[in-house]
Order: sequence, then C-alpha cells, then structure tokens
Amino acid sequence: MKTVDRQFTTISGVPIEPVYGPGDFANPSPGEFPYTRGIHRDMYRGKLWTMRQFSGFATPEETNLRYHYLLAQGQTGLSVAFDLPTLMGYDADHALSEGEVGKCGAPISSLEDMEILFRGIPVGDVSVSMTINSPANVLWAMYLAVAEQQGVPWAQLNGTLQNDILKEYIAQKEYIYPPRASMRLVTDTIEFGALHTPKFNPVSVSGYHIREAGSTAVQELAFTLRDGIEYVDWALQRGLDIDEFAPRLSFFFNAHNDFFEEIAKYRAARKIWALVCRDRYGARSERSLKLRFHAQTAGCSLTWQQPYNNVVRTALQAMAAVLGGAQSLHTNSLDEAYALPSEHAVTIALRTQQVLAFESGIAGAPDPLGGSYFLEQLTLDTEAAANRYIRQIDDMGGMIAAIEAGFPQTEIASASYRYQREIESGERTIVGVNRFQSDDQPIELLQIDEASERRQTAKLAALRARRDNGNVQKTLDALRRAAEGAENTMPPLLDAVRAYATLGEICDALRGVFGTYQETPHI
Amino acid sequence: MAKPGLDGHDRGAKVIARALRDAGMEVIYTGLRQTPEMIVNAALQEDVQVIGLSILSGAHNAIVPRVLELLRAKEMTDVMLIVGGIVPDEDAAALKSQGVAAVFQPGASLEAIIAFIKGAVPVG
Repeated sequence: MKTVDRQFTTISGVPIEPVYGPGDFANPSPGEFPYTRGIHRDMYRGKLWTMRQFSGFATPEETNLRYHYLLAQGQTGLSVAFDLPTLMGYDADHALSEGEVGKCGAPISSLEDMEILFRGIPVGDVSVSMTINSPANVLWAMYLAVAEQQGVPWAQLNGTLQNDILKEYIAQKEYIYPPRASMRLVTDTIEFGALHTPKFNPVSVSGYHIREAGSTAVQELAFTLRDGIEYVDWALQRGLDIDEFAPRLSFFFNAHNDFFEEIAKYRAARKIWALVCRDRYGARSERSLKLRFHAQTAGCSLTWQQPYNNVVRTALQAMAAVLGGAQSLHTNSLDEAYALPSEHAVTIALRTQQVLAFESGIAGAPDPLGGSYFLEQLTLDTEAAANRYIRQIDDMGGMIAAIEAGFPQTEIASASYRYQREIESGERTIVGVNRFQSDDQPIELLQIDEASERRQTAKLAALRARRDNGNVQKTLDALRRAAEGAENTMPPLLDAVRAYATLGEICDALRGVFGTYQETPHI
Repeated sequence: MAKPGLDGHDRGAKVIARALRDAGMEVIYTGLRQTPEMIVNAALQEDVQVIGLSILSGAHNAIVPRVLELLRAKEMTDVMLIVGGIVPDEDAAALKSQGVAAVFQPGASLEAIIAFIKGAVPVG
C-alpha cells in the first residue's frame, strides 16, 4: 500500500522531520552531570536493572505463592499490587468492598495479612516496591512491622513506597483525604525515612498513571517532575535539608509505544531533574542530582484483540526503557486487557526482560543510542517542552493550585480525547483493532476465586475477636491526637499497626481528622 | 455515564461522555465511586433515557445486577442500561440475559457506541 504524503509525528504529536543530521549535540558522558546519558558511568555493565513484576491477586496467601514463583523464575525484586478496597483504605469486610476484594490486587486489611504476604521471604534480602498511595503510610508501617518480626533492622531495608498522592488527584484518582492533609502525611514519611530507612525510597514520583490516563509524553514528564518539585518544597518547609532526602526520591515512568520519544523522555527527565536540584535547590550531594526510575510498559497500549501482539508491544516498550537507562522494570502480560496476569503470561513477560538482558546485547554500552541525530534533537525538544509546562505550573502557584484549577486534569482529558479521535478516523493505526483484524483464539485467564472475599472477611472477624481491642483503641486515639497536631504520624501509626488495628480503622481515624476529598470532574 | 464501585479509572468514561455530547446527546457524568443507589437516584432525578456504567475493576458481577434490581424496584425498566469496560465474554452474555442492552469491551469504537444508542433510544 502506498504511503500517504503527510506529516509524521510522535504519539504525542511532536513533528518528525524527514531527515536528521549532525547538530551541535554535546552531552557529558554517562555518570556525569547532568546525567542525560545515564546516572552511572558503567550503567548495566555494573548492575542490570531490577526485574520487578507488579503482582497481587485474590488473597495474601495466593499472592505469596506467586511471589515465590516469580523469584524462582529469576525476577530480582518484588512489587506489591493491592486490591481496590486496600488502595482506598477500606477493610475487606467494608460495605463498599463487596465484589472488589482481591480483584485488582492483594487484599491487605491488617498486619496479619502483610505477614502472610511475606511468608518465607526475607525482607532484608530482596527489595520490595509497594504500589499504594493514599494509605501508603499504613501499609509501610505494616511492612516495617514485618521487618521487625523477621529481625531485620530498618536501616537495611531496600525498597520503594509509591506514596505519590499528587498524581492521584491528577490521574489515578485513588485519593482519600484532601490535598494538603495528604501532603502532610507524605512529608511525615519522607522525614521518617530520612531518619530510619536510608536505603528505602519513601516516594516514587509517578508519570505512569498520568500517561495511562491519556497524557502525552511531554505532559507525563512535566507533571511528574513538577510533582517532584512540590514534594521537595514541602520537605524543605518541614525543615529537612535537600541532601537529607532528595537522594531517596525515586521516579516511575511509563514505557509507551513511540520508541524514540520514550528514550528521549527518560534522558530529558534526568537532565531536567539534575538541573532543578542543583540550581533551584542548591543540592550539593551528587546523589541528590541523580534521577533514578522504575519503568512499566504501557498497559493502555495493549489490546483485547489479538492478545499475542501484546508480547511484541511489550518487548519493544521494554527495550526503550532499557535503552533509556531505567533502574527497574515491569513488563506487562499479554492478557493485560482481560484480567490480572496468568502464570503463563507473566512468565513470558519476565522472559522478555531476560532475553533483553542476556541475549540482545543492548546492556553492554551505556546510552548506546546517544549521538543519534534524531534522539538528541528529540531529547532537547522534549526538555524544552516539559520546562514550558513546569514554568506554567510555577506561575499558577504550584501543583496543588494547578490541580485545584483543574489544569493537569484538563490537559490529560484533551490529549486522551484527541488520541481516541485519531484512532476513530484511522489516522492512527492500532494493529488488530482498526486495521489488520483477524479472528482470535480465546486465551486462558486467571480466575479470582469468589471465596477469596469470604476468606478475608472471616479472617478479619477472627482477628478482631482475638486482639486486645482496648489497646487498639488506645493506639487509634494516640494516632488521632498526632494527626490533629504537628507531630510525625509514623510512630503512632506503627503502634496502631503492631496492635493489629486494621487498615480501615486507621484510615477512618484519619478521615475523622482530615475529612475526605471529592473531585470536580473535568471531561 | 457513571463509575460504580471503587474503580477510579475514568479515561474511557470521560472520552465517551465527551463523544456522546459531541454527537448531540445530553450527558451527565456522575463522577467516581458511585454506589448503585446513587446512580439510579441520579438517573431518576435527571430523567435519563440511558445509563452507561464504566467498570474496569472486575466487580461487574456484583454491581450490575444490583443496578438492574434497583431499576426494577423503582419501575425504571424503560431506562436502557449499557456497560463498558473489562467484562469477559461469558460475563457479558450473562449480563445481557439479565437485561443489560449492550456490553462494550476494550477496543469498541465511539462510532459503534453512538450508533447503538441512537438506534435504540427515541430522539426528543
């Protein structure tokens, strides 16, 4: 078929010129400020990215088995997916949890569930990432309590708490409390982490979800970094020194379809953040300047139609993340549009990373595409476009002000509508969906046992009956007092968790203090 | 257009709401985390002809029958119920047999959704 004479653009609408030639691109080497080419001199020659498959379903027991399976298959880090009730701060037996328990992740209603989740897994030996936001402090407290039980000093713990509440208001919408109260809680975790968990990232400032909601690559980059700036400002207001906490701010980006645009995005991210930390904040420690990120291949790009094509999409997206210098990577499973990953599908996804790491050769040279005329120009263009957005949000008074004005939400809604229109008109091809359709064979899917909810509910009833309820009340009262005042909420939270107060009980105590947030929808 | 249950993924619901508006329909978007009761009450108050439920969380088998039950209880069975989201084929068939007019799975086109509604609902 003859190609039409038209303008080519990246998926985000950035024009692609007919040819690129030598320009004036002078980038410092990998490991040198501003780290455009990578944060380490040797990158994957020294250490491969962490292969970390996001995982959780049905019950903590079944999720624990999947963790053992994935570790045995060669993944090198753990990543916990929680179910919707847990994400929203509800126990499995709450009225709003009906039908939702275990469907999108593991239900964790108490320390007991967290103990089961990590049964047989020494938390001192494997890094753990937890994708949890509005109740992140509670789940983190449970994880820290499990470490105590296992005899692992907190100073030894490696891992990441997503805990990025700003992107919830912008994109993922898993908020509980209003923005300023939530920022206070996040700052409590940053402060606590700076003191007690020097190897743990208390926040993973995320663009993945912003992208999944339909933003462009530039919006993903700009809103993420501007969220990071907001967290830094709050931590500095708390009285922390930039170099005390900035080294442990981590990031999380999407790895979407447009190969070169994604690699340019990661390179621009490192450059912008290094300049922000040095020039805007006066950071002196090199570790404060180096942006570390986890990447996940784009769930929203995977199709219901012809699901085996998704293996190809994921492989190309993963390759972009590796060529872009990610420190950690999750690859989606081919059944993404249908269900949580089956064991068969997640194994292929993990093997995709292993083939990239051990067979493709791309891990051998840091930033191997550096010097590509196209990539270098795209990196500069992406940097400039993102900086424009960052300045715009600065002028609005910061990210919280921008969120209250509906700015990032509206930008994302417009971008996602434009994208869908391009698909509808055929201007944008989605293989198997609006072009190259063919019949599908049904694939075998993971089934979530409906009994999971009953099991969790029964466990909770038994827990509430056998624990010291007087003590639980005492700890909740102390937490409430801390929340009403200015003290760091993590220590009283830990006490409540150790007393086996449930997630719902703890969040209800905090809801009582802070109230809950209702968004104004922006279509 | 409603988001029932705890699911906060609203990209699809918002895109469709906007497309339906552009196609000349009056659309009320309820926002997130609506219970079946809240949705049916809003539909009654706004006197809608169609309710669209967007569910990606896997909770459709608990939520949709509850909405159908409430519509029957309030004698609103002339209101058409359509569902969109992550609903496997067997569940889609079951929901249709219970009274759901259509189930739109991932990849469904805006054109198809608009055409279905226009075809099924009298104008004016």
